[in-house]
Amino acid sequence: MRFYEYEAKQLLAKHGVALPKRTFARTADEAASAARELGGATVLKSQVLTGGRMKAGGVLFAATPEEARTAAERILALPISGQQPAGVLVEERRDIAQEYYVAVTWDARAKRPVIVFSDMGGIDIEEVAQTHPAHVSRTHFSNLRPLSDYVAKLAVARTGVTGNDLAPLTRIVLNLARIFVQYDLTLAEINPLAKLSDGSFIALDSHMDMEEEARGGQRALLAELAIADTDTRQARPPTPFEVDGARVDAADTRGVAGRVVEFDGNMGLVIGAGGGSLTLFDAVRSAGGKPANYCEIGGNPSVAKAAALTKLVLSKPGVQKIAVMMNVVSNTRADIMARGVIKGCIDAGRDPAQTIAIFRIPGSWEEEGAKILRRYGVEYVDRSVSMHEAAQRAVAKMG
Amino acid sequence: MAMFIRVDLDASLQQDVDLKKRLVEVCPVDIFALDGDTLTTVDANLDECTLCDLCTDAAGARVKVVKLYE
Repeated sequence: MRFYEYEAKQLLAKHGVALPKRTFARTADEAASAARELGGATVLKSQVLTGGRMKAGGVLFAATPEEARTAAERILALPISGQQPAGVLVEERRDIAQEYYVAVTWDARAKRPVIVFSDMGGIDIEEVAQTHPAHVSRTHFSNLRPLSDYVAKLAVARTGVTGNDLAPLTRIVLNLARIFVQYDLTLAEINPLAKLSDGSFIALDSHMDMEEEARGGQRALLAELAIADTDTRQARPPTPFEVDGARVDAADTRGVAGRVVEFDGNMGLVIGAGGGSLTLFDAVRSAGGKPANYCEIGGNPSVAKAAALTKLVLSKPGVQKIAVMMNVVSNTRADIMARGVIKGCIDAGRDPAQTIAIFRIPGSWEEEGAKILRRYGVEYVDRSVSMHEAAQRAVAKMG
Repeated sequence: MAMFIRVDLDASLQQDVDLKKRLVEVCPVDIFALDGDTLTTVDANLDECTLCDLCTDAAGARVKVVKLYE
């Protein structure tokens, strides 16, 4: 889940990272009043859970409180990427001598967190990495062992930073890495991290994402940031179909059958396993299919849970058939899934043979699963058929 | 009504108090239940059978798990 900039900055402030003076305002009047209290020039920033605010007109400058009011009115009326702003962050405007970039994120390939640091901040870091690779460092660390200053110093020094800047930048990088680990974040970014004309450093903008599954363990943090349990941080409110999907998952602790997202297509998807959902969803799209939904099923769900998800997907108007596809499974059982989706079809009043376009769940108990599917006239394919080929076959059956 | 699994209980099981308790204990998906002193199967849970054989290990031939799809 993503934090708003003003929330990310609360977290940075709590851990001693210097920030511009700022106030979060929900109305133009509050923004004008905040600008008056801050005094001098201000910058007003739309609080949305998406990037590209500057280009979209969501960041404006003001010299007076009245200008701040006008700017806030414009920002609050401006949706960005379909999102209505939650408010405006009013900050004092500072003179910047140099901009840096620092982020801590998870390197899935290395299976460790990584610090990305650059002495060329403020712009797209991927572009800097391509055009000025010597100005971007990547430094891995362990999230199991205590974090040492040395790692943070190495991240900074690798870009050629020396002298008086090295120690304060190291402290900020170290703090950010600790925040990343302590709060189960998937991304903690400060960009730009600004050096001011007096030589001090402040975080001008910050972006933080927390692991969705960490919500339970991070209740204290969420309470501190006044984020309610009902605040899903999604770009749009969930549809009734998606709410029902969450209910299916919550009703039975066995396995996972959730993260249902509704789309406009005619092919229902019951997909999952080890990142398989995203791959399979893309495979269906690239084969010309029109998914009616996205979902994630795995972790050895019960027959009842698989059946409930299947029935839900089939309840969506316009869904002609479903494709049941997974990556190779180990803990999830193909036979239990076969029972579940067949039961779901029958509970929905559908003939499994006509409704299940394809069943591709290779792995654990697949022979038993194939027996069940044969009994109900459903096509089963094993791992000799790739996920992409299975998706193509399913799409071809849609007619 | 179960679609995939049926569990047959031999009548002699009802005389064995310890075994009845054991069957209720071992089944990971709660297929067995005691209705007073009578061992029964729970219809709603039959299709959840994981074919783990813990019941047949405990009761031998006095419990039979039937796959209805074979």
